[in-house]
Amino acid sequence: MTGISPAVVAASKLGLTFQTNDGPVQALSNVDLTIGKGEFVSFIGPSGCGKTTLLRVIADLEKPTSGTISVNGMTAEQAREKRAYGYVFQAAALFPWRTIERNVALPLEIMGLSKAEQVERIKRTLDLVNLSGFEKKYPWQLSGGMQQRASIARALAFDADLLLMDEPFGALDEIVRDHLNEQLLQLWARTNKTICFVTHSIPEAVYLSTRIVVMSPRPGRVSDIIQSTLPKERPLDIRETPEFLAIAARVRDGLRAGHSYDD
Amino acid sequence: MDSFRDKLVPVTSILAGVVVLWYVFAVILNAPFQRDLDTRANETPGTVEFIGKTLAQPKPTLPAPHQVAVNFFENTFLRPITSSRSLVYNAWVTLSSTLLGFAFGTALGIIIAVGIVHVATLDRSLMPWIIASQTIPILAVAPMIIVVLAAIGVTGLIPKAMISTYLSFFPVTVGMVKGLRSPEIMHLDLMHTYNASPSQTFWKLRVPASVPFLFTSMKVAVAASLVGAIVGELPTGAVAGIGAKLLAGAYYSQSIDIWSALVAGSIVAALLVMVVGMAGRIVDRAMGGRPA
Repeated sequence: MTGISPAVVAASKLGLTFQTNDGPVQALSNVDLTIGKGEFVSFIGPSGCGKTTLLRVIADLEKPTSGTISVNGMTAEQAREKRAYGYVFQAAALFPWRTIERNVALPLEIMGLSKAEQVERIKRTLDLVNLSGFEKKYPWQLSGGMQQRASIARALAFDADLLLMDEPFGALDEIVRDHLNEQLLQLWARTNKTICFVTHSIPEAVYLSTRIVVMSPRPGRVSDIIQSTLPKERPLDIRETPEFLAIAARVRDGLRAGHSYDD
Repeated sequence: MDSFRDKLVPVTSILAGVVVLWYVFAVILNAPFQRDLDTRANETPGTVEFIGKTLAQPKPTLPAPHQVAVNFFENTFLRPITSSRSLVYNAWVTLSSTLLGFAFGTALGIIIAVGIVHVATLDRSLMPWIIASQTIPILAVAPMIIVVLAAIGVTGLIPKAMISTYLSFFPVTVGMVKGLRSPEIMHLDLMHTYNASPSQTFWKLRVPASVPFLFTSMKVAVAASLVGAIVGELPTGAVAGIGAKLLAGAYYSQSIDIWSALVAGSIVAALLVMVVGMAGRIVDRAMGGRPA
């Protein structure tokens, strides 16, 4: 804890309007947000609140139409060109024609790392997500949870300090999800990365995060930012403590205040 | 093995039905000429004898299956393969130009597809012409290609192969355009997050994703190539090849020869499609495809 750490992500008056056939849609409006080094920030909100869009703007997969965004002190585009982040999608998005180790090698090949360096990093990151022994398997031979772990390994392989995760466990069942949440926290503690995590699960957001950004739709905006008071060490049963439930209640209130569920 | 047995019964039933129908029509179609012959010879055969005669004419309107089978067997297995009457020899002549044309066609199809996928102008300008090219009747174009090429001194294998190319590049182009555009948005986004260059995206994502599409279209293309090679032999007055056999059979009313050449052509086509299909399966396995 060194007090003010340099901002990894800084958004100011960020807005994004999509031009659709039904007229303009304001996906993001007036988003102000600063994320410091080593933080675990969750974005939570109902569908259409712009949480994925915000992540994609940070990743330079979408261009904002107003406001500014900086990543590692650069523009989002420069940061992408410098490979400043690893991105984990909703689906594992592994290449079916590559084995697990070749999938993890993909970004390393693109970056032109030496064969020896590739082998070393593949081994290290597969160890990190507990997939050692599955190097030669093809994606279809693995369960959904293992595939998603392989895609996390791929995002970790090139050692970016920032990890952007877009509902990575959304398609998995609850037991697998709990397990992966626990592993993700351990991984975060070990690697000291900054993580931006999109989810629509309140327990997941509260369990994982140091800070929770509550968002609401029409237009997509930040309606509350909650600092977690939970300790860094979090066993799964922390979810039954009054402290945990209090934060969860505040997130739920925040979601409700955003009029997200009136229809 | 089970799937093989599952297929065997329906396929053989259909085959048996076709053979029966074929015999029926052979009798019906050959009957008028046979009746004519009998009248002139002042013969009045019984029904069984008459049917037997309709199935044993030397130049029947529709040869019976066994006549074709005997002719096919004799011309395939009993002749030296260097003989110009050997079906093996003639099939080889056609096969060689088919394969050459198929190779050209596949290469051309892939090159055009890569151009269409990567250059927006080509996408808009080239595609309508490619589609139009296939609406021109090949039978009309083939003699002109042969004659024009002969005039500039190109004869033999190349002109025939070019007609095969003309027919086979199209399915490959269409299939490869689809295949190169088949990667999901998520995979393309992934490459974008790695700041991958267009050529890296092409070689590491688009090309492997297009491989199944390539083999599917190559199966269509190889059959089209064979048709092209046969059509190419018709106007050249070619002395050898399945097409030449068909033409010679037509000149001399050797209907049995025509049909056995036809059978030879079909077998070559089936073998070609099978070989391409097997190559596709081997490649799919090597690329980690899930066994079906």
